Amino acid sequence: MNPSERDPAREESTRPTQEVDRREFLKACSLLAPIILGVVRVPLLNAQESEGDDYDPSEHFYAMGIDVDKCIGCGQCVVACGTENDVPDEPYFFNTWVERYLIRTDGEVEVDSPNGGMEGFPPTTAEGDIRRSFFVPKLCNHCANPPCVQVCPVGATFKTEDGVVLVDDEYCIGCRYCIQACPYGARWLDPEKHVAAKCTFCYHRIVEGLVPACVEVCPTGARIFGEVERRATPLARFMRFNEVQVLKPHLNTEPKAYYANLDGEVR
Amino acid sequence: MQGYIYPNEFELHWSILVVVYPYVTGLVAGAFILASLERVFNVKEVQPTYRLALLTALAFLLVAPLPLLAHLGHPLRSYEIFLTPNRQSAMAMFGFVYAWYLMVVLLLEIWFDYRKDLVLWARQEKGLTRWIHYALTLGATDLSPRALSFDERMGRWITIIGIPSAFLLHGYVGFIFGSVKANPWWSSVLMPVVFLFSAIVSGIALVLIIYMVSAMLRWKPVDMKCVDKLAAFLFYAMVVDFSLEMLDFIHRLYESEESIEILSQMIESRLFISLIVLQVALGTLLPMITLGLTAPALSKRSAVKLPDELKRLIYLGSAILVQIGIFSIRWNVVIGGQLFSKSLRGLTVYKLELFGVEGLLAAAALLILPFVILWVLVKILPPWPEAEAKLPRAEDDSGAVTGAVPLR
Repeated sequence: MNPSERDPAREESTRPTQEVDRREFLKACSLLAPIILGVVRVPLLNAQESEGDDYDPSEHFYAMGIDVDKCIGCGQCVVACGTENDVPDEPYFFNTWVERYLIRTDGEVEVDSPNGGMEGFPPTTAEGDIRRSFFVPKLCNHCANPPCVQVCPVGATFKTEDGVVLVDDEYCIGCRYCIQACPYGARWLDPEKHVAAKCTFCYHRIVEGLVPACVEVCPTGARIFGEVERRATPLARFMRFNEVQVLKPHLNTEPKAYYANLDGEVR
Repeated sequence: MQGYIYPNEFELHWSILVVVYPYVTGLVAGAFILASLERVFNVKEVQPTYRLALLTALAFLLVAPLPLLAHLGHPLRSYEIFLTPNRQSAMAMFGFVYAWYLMVVLLLEIWFDYRKDLVLWARQEKGLTRWIHYALTLGATDLSPRALSFDERMGRWITIIGIPSAFLLHGYVGFIFGSVKANPWWSSVLMPVVFLFSAIVSGIALVLIIYMVSAMLRWKPVDMKCVDKLAAFLFYAMVVDFSLEMLDFIHRLYESEESIEILSQMIESRLFISLIVLQVALGTLLPMITLGLTAPALSKRSAVKLPDELKRLIYLGSAILVQIGIFSIRWNVVIGGQLFSKSLRGLTVYKLELFGVEGLLAAAALLILPFVILWVLVKILPPWPEAEAKLPRAEDDSGAVTGAVPLR
């Protein structure tokens, strides 16, 4: 309803009969603020509650949203992930990486990800004939139907109750079947521990109420982490207001990395 | 590298050792199926190779898990597959399929088949071999006709169970690859079937080689009827195997899924030598045509009449080519499946190292080891017809010696 069309009679009838003193009102508000903010769970707006020791995985179900249009290919997420998770320095292991797509006017698609996009990307050549170009951050999709978990002969890789796919370092026999089974190239073999390794959604951080390192450092907010099933979270909003897609849906892995503005060329 | 591959795909995860594993397992299954031809299907001509085939299967089966163990990041944790298997995992079943095949099928069949000879050898011999043979009887020294016919019946039953088990053993290896939906080169319902028939091909060819070479080394004549039959069976198995592979190939081409472009590129560049030249031309077509012409496969007589000596040479040459072809199949499956990116946008390379656990020399050692084991097995359990011990007449008739320990 347009404010100018408001019915004065109706407004009159809903007006409180007793005037509240403005000072009194503000005082009451300041007293009630902690309770009110606690009820609407303001901390959730920052994706996470501060959990600490009494973390209960059954109360959470995590996923990640990625807005392709917002990614600028700076590679900060790759650097932060490497630092946070002690990803070895060799140039070919990544929990997360950024791909650059260049779609030429003749339809030819060029993809690159030099050093996982860690140091950004070199300038493109022959810019005149580029139809579209964009960056796509990639990571473990923490599938709801994960082929890596299915194939692990000893059950060392598993799905947590809160929706994260993890590897038990103490249990993995290093057969690498999970690496073969992952359609997204998200797994690698730790050269020192000789066990399968992958993105953990920074599990050690999220149980403390923090967001994954890659999300924390993203300067454009291209990565949105949080609860899928709650309403008032950034991820839930992201999924409400965007048409989201997943990678390789035909494989029925039910990924939980949700992409907005994803180009059909991305595999 | 060519095109784009996911950054984690720079390292190839399954090396030559994982090529050796299905190759060796295939030989086991194939050799066993050949042995069962005589036992269950009464193909009398191949009788001279029956025991040799069983021992060959055992020698290779003992080696089969070694490449996998050597390849594991944590070999010492491998027992977890038995203790806490993930029942959804195809690979978790490996331990059980392997144990079933080794314990229930192969060892039992060999034991029942050799028991009479073990008892008799233990009686006739002196020194260490006598005790080895006696120990191998496990104390079951009854040679009454009833006991011997029980051996025979059991042997037959175990073979009957053994055939589906051999199918299971190698079909299962094919399933490990065929069920990986992430990999379009592997993901095929035909994979277990193709693996199985290529296993039969490789097993027959291997026993043919071992039989002929061992006859040569022992200065014994080669049973021409036997090798003719082996060559004929090899030809039949190759026809089925090649048809299945062509079916798989044509099916892929016709379906022309999104992976077809990168797979075609891979075949034309990375796999040209190992697939087109070694697997198809030299490893399949050439021996198949030669065997088809020289072996009595299509009619009772061979299409081309040749002197026996030349025929033997052709059989041996064809069987060796077949081995190269089958090893190439395993290579093309295992390595080929990792040469293209799952982004379907690029190809990578496999650099085979010479030394190291995952190197060429280690793989070669693992392929030689079964022959060393076979040599030892043949020393302990001679598979040759002339080594078979004859029952003493009296015992033969009356069955008097029952249950008694025969060591005097």
